[in-house]
Amino acid sequence: MNVAVCVKQIPSAETPLAFDPTSKTLVRTGPLVLDESDSFSVEMALRLVEQSGGGDVTLISVVPDGETQGLRTALAMGAARAVLVSDPLLSGLDALGTAKVLAAMVRRLDADLVLAGTESSDGYTGTVPVQMAELLNYPAVSFVRHVEISGDHLVTERQTEEGFEEVTCPLPAVVSVTAGVVEVRYPSFKGIMAAKSKPVEVLTVADLGLEADSLGIAGARQEVIALEQAELRPSGEIITDSGDAFETIVERLVSWNIISEHQ
Amino acid sequence: MKTIWILAEARNGRILPVAEELAGAARQLASTVEAVGWGGAEAVDFATLGTYDVSRVFRVGDLGDSLVGPRVAAAVGEMLESHPKPDAILVGATYDGRDVAARLSAKIDVPVLTNVIDLNEIDDALVSTHAVFGGTVNATARFTGSGPGIFVVRPKSFERGDTGGAAAEVVDIVAADPGPSDGARVVSRHVLTQDGPSLDSAEVVVAGGRGLGSKENYRLIEELAHLVHGAPGASRAIVDAGWVPYSHQVGQTGKTVKPEVYLAFGISGATQHLVGMKDAKHIIAVDRDPSAPIFRVADLGVVGDLAQVLPKLIEALRARGSHESTN
Ligand SMILES: Cc1cc2nc3c(=O)[nH]c(=O)nc-3n(C[C@H](O)[C@H](O)[C@H](O)COP(=O)(O)OP(=O)(O)OC[C@H]3O[C@@H](n4cnc5c(N)ncnc54)[C@H](O)[C@@H]3O)c2cc1C
Ligand SMILES: Nc1ncnc2c1ncn2[C@@H]1O[C@H](COP(=O)(O)O)[C@@H](O)[C@H]1O
Repeated sequence: MNVAVCVKQIPSAETPLAFDPTSKTLVRTGPLVLDESDSFSVEMALRLVEQSGGGDVTLISVVPDGETQGLRTALAMGAARAVLVSDPLLSGLDALGTAKVLAAMVRRLDADLVLAGTESSDGYTGTVPVQMAELLNYPAVSFVRHVEISGDHLVTERQTEEGFEEVTCPLPAVVSVTAGVVEVRYPSFKGIMAAKSKPVEVLTVADLGLEADSLGIAGARQEVIALEQAELRPSGEIITDSGDAFETIVERLVSWNIISEHQ
Repeated sequence: MKTIWILAEARNGRILPVAEELAGAARQLASTVEAVGWGGAEAVDFATLGTYDVSRVFRVGDLGDSLVGPRVAAAVGEMLESHPKPDAILVGATYDGRDVAARLSAKIDVPVLTNVIDLNEIDDALVSTHAVFGGTVNATARFTGSGPGIFVVRPKSFERGDTGGAAAEVVDIVAADPGPSDGARVVSRHVLTQDGPSLDSAEVVVAGGRGLGSKENYRLIEELAHLVHGAPGASRAIVDAGWVPYSHQVGQTGKTVKPEVYLAFGISGATQHLVGMKDAKHIIAVDRDPSAPIFRVADLGVVGDLAQVLPKLIEALRARGSHESTN
């Protein structure tokens, strides 16, 4: 089974998040790393390929500036190759535009299954995978915590507000994987060395036969108008426990009528 | 005057509070509010949405073992061709809601604004508010292109505000088969039940995080929750670690809670946790790190070892409880 995994490369956690004051979009400077949210789908893809006894994992990623550091991490885990769409035209791309580019990349591949994270750590719209599925006319199962291959289809567990549901799905399909659901392997030294020579194909928007207009970049279709300090809660009382802090908690619960006053 | 459509999601025969909140929001912004629901005629009484001033509900019918996303998005897509277009479509930030919004967005080629916590009208355009950086900054955004904007709204962002309006008209609609995109089948549904009030609606939430140290210690959280008639909650760290089921998670990817009191034990207060609980009326936090961000939202912050504080607190409440019952 061949699996394509959508991986987003994002500023590392050490880079403080900031908005550009003029464009009011997130600043993405400095080195980009593999979004932890996507490391789970990379892991799941590697396991599914092993389980199916053949095929491999291709990473697909969209960035404006040619960054590959995050891809190298996933290649070191065991993915076979990566395809990157890098184009300065892509800065300020919204979720639907990203989904269009990813869908065009999937069309060029021979993938039975496309995996993604449910939410990216920096953008967290949580819509890209299902938008991509709709563009490809694929079924999609979102918020998935478990996947198995059974013959020619998948058996998945999808999280719900009150538990989970078992969902079967024919291939090809898009599955978005919830964070934390598999233990992610550490790249081995051998993996890290091998990753250096694995192929990373770099494409532009034009290579995919897409036009900037159709991606909604030329004249973005949504804009941030303002950023304002939110109203903060008045600061509370901070005490240090010296054995009797529990009493203060009880007093507060009484004063808020959560427990009754009389002892 | 504006027309707004809302997605009326129901579960177990009941319209979800978030759908009623969407109606409450829409009513402030539009003269006509219409809804799209799904489920068999006997399953859900959509006419009751009239009490929130929804005039008409388009019912897609029973989805059988299909997932909600493809079928409902296809139906809304068809309706947009055969009806006057609304100015906006509001969708609740639920698992199925997000799927519908994402499919519809791709289908009609209109972007989505997600994580919306407020909506206002400025210069005749709808403007959404989004909490960023853990709720310290509010960003406002709007659509600039054509087509109805799709807003995905976080639960508990709006009041329902029952007006006692007349029953809504319910119109059955038949939508074409979405084809391959509808290939997935729901084989079985599993509900993880728990005793006591549900996390969504509990007056008190007692939540634990990684500071608990072990899965076994979560029992203390459950016990305290029980003593104050509350619901137990969790940070993602301990859900990911497999200590508690996902349905306990509070935050960005989990539930939004707005209880009278939120008690956090060993939760640092990451941005993604804060967005799910910062609107609690009162917050008590216990953490041994005085610089933990959770203290910035706490009415009462206790710097200390929860392994000391939590058992004593439970003991004190137990003692009161037994005393009260013998009174
Ligand atoms: C896209 C995305 C979505 C996310 N969604 C969510 C979400 O919905 N909900 C959520 O919670 N998180 C979410 N997260 C994760 C979030 O960023 C944090 O990683 C998580 O909330 C941390 O959980 P924690 O506070 O339990 O753990 P930690 O951050 O490790 O904090 C543990 C705390 O316990 C304290 N502690 C340790 N021992 C003791 C002791 N003996 N006594 C007292 N205190 C002690 C420590 O001082 C520390 O402050 C999301 C992340 C991403 C990227
Ligand atoms: N620029 C991108 N490149 C590759 N995959 C992406 C990109 N943006 C989003 N994705 C995928 O879509 C998932 C959800 O992202 P989002 O909709 O931004 O929350 C991520 O976890 C990725 O798997």
